[in-house]
Amino acid sequence: MSAQFVIGIDLGTTNSVLAYSALNEEQPQVQLLPIPQLVAANTIESRSMLPSFLYQCTDDETTAKSFALPWTEDPSFALGHGARALSAEFPDRTVGAAKSWLGHSKVDRHQAILPWQAPSGVAKISPVTASQRYLEHLVGAWQQAFPDAPMADQNVVLTVPASFDASARELTREAALAAGLPKDFVLLEEPQAATYAWLNAVGDRWRKLLKVGDRMLICDIGGGTTDLTLVEVAEEGGELTLQRAAVGNHLLVGGDNMDLALAHHVAQLFAEKGLSLDPWQSVSLWHSCRNAKEALLSESGPDTHTISVPGRSSRLIGGLVSVNVERAQATDLLLNGFFPPAKLSDRPARPRASGFREIGLPYEADTGITRHLGAFLNQSLAGSGLTHVLFNGGVFKANALRSRLLGQLQSWFPDSPPHIVDGSDDLDYSVARGACFYGWTKLRGGVRIRGGTARSYYVGIETAGLAIPGAGRPLKALCVVPIGMEEGTEVDVPSDAIGLVIGESARFRFFSSANRRNDQPGELLARWSPDELSETDSLEATLSAAEDTEEDYVPVTFHSKITELGVLELWCVHETDDERWKLEFSVRDDAEA
Amino acid sequence: MGRISLAWRVLTSSVFAAKVTSLLDAPPALPDKKIAETIAPPKSAAPPKPVAPPKPLRSDAVTLLAALQREGRLIDFLKEPIDEYSDAQVGAAVRDIHRDCGGMLERQFAIRPVLEQAEGSNVTIGADAKNGRIKLTGKIGEGHQASGTLVHHGWQVTKSDVPVWTGDTAAATVVAPAEVEVR
Repeated sequence: MSAQFVIGIDLGTTNSVLAYSALNEEQPQVQLLPIPQLVAANTIESRSMLPSFLYQCTDDETTAKSFALPWTEDPSFALGHGARALSAEFPDRTVGAAKSWLGHSKVDRHQAILPWQAPSGVAKISPVTASQRYLEHLVGAWQQAFPDAPMADQNVVLTVPASFDASARELTREAALAAGLPKDFVLLEEPQAATYAWLNAVGDRWRKLLKVGDRMLICDIGGGTTDLTLVEVAEEGGELTLQRAAVGNHLLVGGDNMDLALAHHVAQLFAEKGLSLDPWQSVSLWHSCRNAKEALLSESGPDTHTISVPGRSSRLIGGLVSVNVERAQATDLLLNGFFPPAKLSDRPARPRASGFREIGLPYEADTGITRHLGAFLNQSLAGSGLTHVLFNGGVFKANALRSRLLGQLQSWFPDSPPHIVDGSDDLDYSVARGACFYGWTKLRGGVRIRGGTARSYYVGIETAGLAIPGAGRPLKALCVVPIGMEEGTEVDVPSDAIGLVIGESARFRFFSSANRRNDQPGELLARWSPDELSETDSLEATLSAAEDTEEDYVPVTFHSKITELGVLELWCVHETDDERWKLEFSVRDDAEA
Repeated sequence: MGRISLAWRVLTSSVFAAKVTSLLDAPPALPDKKIAETIAPPKSAAPPKPVAPPKPLRSDAVTLLAALQREGRLIDFLKEPIDEYSDAQVGAAVRDIHRDCGGMLERQFAIRPVLEQAEGSNVTIGADAKNGRIKLTGKIGEGHQASGTLVHHGWQVTKSDVPVWTGDTAAATVVAPAEVEVR
């Protein structure tokens, strides 16, 4: 069956959204799919967002099917708004931020480790399975709404953070296919999707708004993560084109951190009045702070803002406690805590190394987003200017944050101060909408952002040499994929032949870099700084012996390929005959947990 | 699964769809495109099948009360004797209730004025006076009234998305369950 729709899915760290457009229209008509979900026990409501939370039901709840959905047989878990509400009361039973775990190579992402540190007795699932569950829910909601247009037959675009490396993308892909997405679905980087949403909103006018040589920063601050991308405007055959020039590292700091910081501040004010809040009230406080954030940050607001937390009993007013929050203090806390004035040359503070560091998610040690931003721009612009900035993510509903960040950018580039591109004010939904629009342009033509791979990739090669007892052989990194390698291209990696033993699995350490822009395939790095190369899951291939050979090892070189769908494939190729073996990620064996 | 699918059919049945559609068709035109996008029910390719609506186990009104309590503690507030509290104490509670219940009503009903014109302005009275969309006050004489001053712009829902309740009879009357903390 041929596709009737193009579908964009934003599988978010905190919220997931599905946008779609029918293909039988002249122009894309991007709409959001209302997603039926449990908002409380036995209560199904359709919302345009599916919070990416998974609650493991108690045995009683499972038996009573309190959280069963119309299209699923398994009532042992709940997703969405209901799960998020329960996450506050039952953190031990609730999975959150599964996506951040997907990108965290220090743990086995196939192992049932979530909810992280849950007590025994609570069922656990793997980060991959959790992601699969969210996507299954979206697929189920889609099938309910469009029973005659199976998801597997549609054109689907799924977004991932620009900072996801090849291994995290592969895991996302695995979860998506298991959830029933079509085999040829496409992965798109979220900041690019936000840019497509803007392109959809302004239409062809973008060619007037941007000119050759312009550089646009896309600053995407979600609930739990911050993603940075730089796009350049180039010219090709007289036409303006957009090129993705650089992406930043995955930063685990976002809007939720701000709400929590404010809640801590307010809890302190309550403590000064001799009131200590119970856990339930703390959650209620967090909710109030999320809502108060915009009012507190608005420059025209009153000098103090009352934040109240109701008691838990039915006596609402009788149990209510309130404090007055000084606007100046709150503003200072949020702006200087997360957007401190910084120099372009500033670097984020490094976490203090400890021998006993917990394996949990690597939250940023430095919450100063401006410092991360400065480091990213300093490196990726290399002295040239910045002309535009596109803000994406719910936190930018607060005008004060936009103007603070814009002011910071303008102070860095005083000669031609960058300005905000506006057009898509739908900050919570633009990634899904943009993904849908991208799917449309891929089929029907339209402006595309060219970029290729965001990172370069390296295979670790142990060098031959005299063995020194107690010391490993020196490791070199062979570049197999350069930054910017385009979809649909492949390359033979020039290198000396590497001898692999037949009948055994060959394993290679695998590295990636977001900032070594000049490395070409075949380049062998002898040393690098920890900032430059980060290790990800290793690769392996089992070499089967050819029948007519008596050799016990084969000389191979590498061949790398980026498929049309953006999937990285690495092959070992026999030097003389045509035999080749595909290298696969061995996520399972590497994990420390 | 039975009762859930049953409740589900209520949501997806043609009867329900027709109800929503008639709400959508009602003049005036929808205020802006964004709302139109969020309330447009997904266009199903399947022709609507006539399904006899099953008798719901619980009235939508109770489900609505439960939502107002769950999201905004409205029932707690209305059931609490407020004579003993100062205006400031009541006021402190009301802001949150206003925000949370207001947000819920916006999401489920998207309540908008019946007439878009500013209150105090002169409006023409068409057939709307007869169909209940306009209520005439003041000097109502015999014969046709062509226009008048808009005193109150009225309210109408532009959608109706009350949640579907899938519980059984034991909990059908429960607006908010009793909470017992296990120590």
